Amino acid sequence: MSDSNSSAAAYWSANLRLLTMCLVVWAIVSYGFGILLVEPLNAIQIGGYKLGFWFAQQGSIYTFLVLVFFYAARMNSLDREFGVAED
Amino acid sequence: MELQTLSYIVVGATFALYIGIAFWARAGSTGEFYVAGGGVHPVANGMATAADWMSAASFISMAGLIAFNGYGASVFLMGWTGGYVLLAMLLAPYLRKFGKFTVPEFIGDRFYSQTARIVAVVCLILASITYVIGQMKGIGVAFSRFLETGYDTGLYVGMSIVFFYAVLGGMKGVTYTQIAQYCVLICAYTVPAVFISLELTGNPLPQLGLGSAMADGSANMLDRLDQVVTELGFAEYTTQKLGGTLNMFVYTLSLMIGTAGLPHVIVRFFTVPKVKDARSSAGWALVFIALLYTVAPAVGAMARLNLMETIQTGPVGAPDGNLAYEERPQWFKNWEQTGLLTFEDKNGDGRIQYYNDKNADFAAKAESYGWQGNEMVKVDRDIMVLANPEIAGLPNWVIALVAAGGLAAALSTAAGLLLAISSSISHDLLKGVFMPDISEKAELNAGRIAMAGAIAVAGYLGLNPPGFAAGTVAIAFGLAASSIFPALMMGIFNKKMNSQGAIAGMAAGIGITMLYVFQHKGIFFIPGTSFLGDMDASWFLGISPNAFGAIGALVNFGVATMVARVTAPPPEHIQHLVEDIRVPKGAGSVVGH
Repeated sequence: MSDSNSSAAAYWSANLRLLTMCLVVWAIVSYGFGILLVEPLNAIQIGGYKLGFWFAQQGSIYTFLVLVFFYAARMNSLDREFGVAED
Repeated sequence: MELQTLSYIVVGATFALYIGIAFWARAGSTGEFYVAGGGVHPVANGMATAADWMSAASFISMAGLIAFNGYGASVFLMGWTGGYVLLAMLLAPYLRKFGKFTVPEFIGDRFYSQTARIVAVVCLILASITYVIGQMKGIGVAFSRFLETGYDTGLYVGMSIVFFYAVLGGMKGVTYTQIAQYCVLICAYTVPAVFISLELTGNPLPQLGLGSAMADGSANMLDRLDQVVTELGFAEYTTQKLGGTLNMFVYTLSLMIGTAGLPHVIVRFFTVPKVKDARSSAGWALVFIALLYTVAPAVGAMARLNLMETIQTGPVGAPDGNLAYEERPQWFKNWEQTGLLTFEDKNGDGRIQYYNDKNADFAAKAESYGWQGNEMVKVDRDIMVLANPEIAGLPNWVIALVAAGGLAAALSTAAGLLLAISSSISHDLLKGVFMPDISEKAELNAGRIAMAGAIAVAGYLGLNPPGFAAGTVAIAFGLAASSIFPALMMGIFNKKMNSQGAIAGMAAGIGITMLYVFQHKGIFFIPGTSFLGDMDASWFLGISPNAFGAIGALVNFGVATMVARVTAPPPEHIQHLVEDIRVPKGAGSVVGH
């Protein structure tokens, strides 16, 4: 019982670490690059886009997509590692 | 072929498709009625979620918001997509593991309190009803504009279609029609965008076209747009803000939290077979949503450029630099007839001057040109998407497709909302509170009756929109952000959160959000400002009422934590329940109790 308890606790804290990492990236691309740092980033030009503007209207959305699939894939392997995957 | 005949054929064909699907996907059990039997493939569920989520506002209004707010409209783009990150990581997998039919059911069980469940039902119904009025309006408008029937007739036709597949098929019927509706709406949105991008920049992908040089090689598309609008006294497109930086920050956060807290979206993740499907399905939903949301900035920018350059044909200030009213294109005449585009020849020169006369510096300059005020007295934002195919000179079938797309967007969202309302009435109130012994068959019938009732109420409100209708979508987001999202999140992530804390938190969060919204209703409830109240000096730190949900959520978290600290912790079995929903293993099929 204590074994499964401590493994459940370890699984949960591994999840929280992964979650925090993903949400930090989530916040940086949208609130950071898209809003707070938009002016300095706009000094950089990528193709026909100002970089800050690109993050606000395109880049943040692409990053969100990558984040969700990355999280899903990492969680699936955590599930298997800790033996809590569904049958 | 005549445009109107074509519109009837295209719209009629899509309606026939929805009804066909409804017959095929009839619901035989409460499980099928509430959560489509829990067997929807994650990709299919992602597509249905995208249609459920993208409303008439996303389809029709968003590009117009972007066109006239430029960079400032990024709050909508980031807010309405970033919420799916929160949903995928903080809510969907755990609620799927919990494995019940509705959102209030989770809140009631987790906080071991019928009161909490009823508070959640009330929030859910308020948020969903206010949201559904907007969809009903969208249906009526699309009909009256494209099929030239009355607004009322359009609404009745739309209501009967939804009635048919939602009452018959419940979640199962709604899910499969939403998949078809997604296909219709995404084609209708992207086809014109591809043509316009090709025409302006030579790049068929609108996402890349927006960042490309103009087809004539003169300048980058966005630089050209910046130049064109600033020359006429408007704010620079790529840097203009929506309020201040703080307002944009809080606004984006409110929309993200609100998105993750909208019950009709959350419940979609109860329909997939496994916990890991809930995680990936949120990703697929975002893929399908991003298809539209990354095209929208291009549609907005290109529509604005087309509009400006149609009117300002030569150098600013040159006597023949402006379009002569007599030479205006056909689409201009068509939209003038609807009253959504209005011209007034203030200086009597027979030419159209469209500029920002609120900009004092430029207005002085304009006077020296002999201009006497902006003559485009009305340019309705909503016409941008609808007029786009005409502006770009696309064939009639594309215009007919756009009409069908707008209807698909409105119908799919309305159906999802109505389902959330009816299941919380039949399952949470009737079975959960008043008649726990009701048989499954009777509950299924009750669900159908509740659905029919919800459609009737929504239709009535669509026909007689209350004075506050325009502000209602923002209220829905405010409610979801300040009450439902924090309660769900604390229920999962804070094992010690108890019923007193959750209820106090929800009440405080809703209370402060509504108080703020109603304080400013003078500005806020003016029709047509549903997404963007104008800035007002009296707003707290310059935060607009629409953006206040995030503050409500913070208050909710704060109050709940404090109250939970001074009251008894939740009972042992609830703490076990929380531990149990945190691991995927053992997730069975979704059941009612």
